[in-house]
Amino acid sequence: MSNARAVESELARIGIDRVLCTGHGICARTLPEAVALDEWGYPILATDAVPPADAKLAVKLCPARALFLR
Amino acid sequence: MSSELLWYLSRATGVVSIVLLTVVVVIGMVTAGRRRPHADRATIAAGIHRWLSLGMTVFIATHIITAVAEGYVDISWLSVVVPFTSGYETVWIGFGAIAIDLLVTIIVTSLLRHRISERYWRGIHWASYGLWLFAIIHGFALGTADQPILQGITLACGVVGGLAASWRVAVSHADTDRRQEIKSQEWV
Repeated sequence: MSNARAVESELARIGIDRVLCTGHGICARTLPEAVALDEWGYPILATDAVPPADAKLAVKLCPARALFLR
Repeated sequence: MSSELLWYLSRATGVVSIVLLTVVVVIGMVTAGRRRPHADRATIAAGIHRWLSLGMTVFIATHIITAVAEGYVDISWLSVVVPFTSGYETVWIGFGAIAIDLLVTIIVTSLLRHRISERYWRGIHWASYGLWLFAIIHGFALGTADQPILQGITLACGVVGGLAASWRVAVSHADTDRRQEIKSQEWV
């Protein structure tokens, strides 16, 4: 239990600014575990907890600057 | 290193720089003017755009350092950043200096993108077109003027970049299109 909590605290939390998002779909490829795309190419979050390194990369590569770290 | 070797190194890195810069600019235009989401290709494009733009600075830095260090023609360190102060080919080196100033501005604002407003970042990023054009003119006018192959490479970069820019201007905005498309669908 305490172990699982420790792992969770090491994960970064991501958020999506829905106004800025223009549906490039890059987050779904850089964070395949957490992000799926809807039928128009906009992201659906399965979870907002992702490994920090992956999160940083995804945030850097978002062309619309819509993906952010909480 | 002999002066002659520096001069050739400067030319070679200059030509490589113009090719890499053109690739980065064209991929940027493809991302900005995309027609629909292509998640895989968009991801590769974004990655190349980001890291190639940083990677090409090595070639540009070598191009500049060798051009100044090579002592045969008069290019001062000042003329690298202040346009039209070079003794050698004042106008064309000046165009290169303008391109460098724009490049530094664009890279710094992009690295600090998360700390400045999107509007300013975007406005400054538009200067990439100017940067690319100044670099093409700089390269075409002097660096490769007596070398048909090198001149051809610069010319090809100019044509490719020009075509990409025309496409970018001609396409309607992908997001606007998609909003229209979704709006015209029936509500379920």
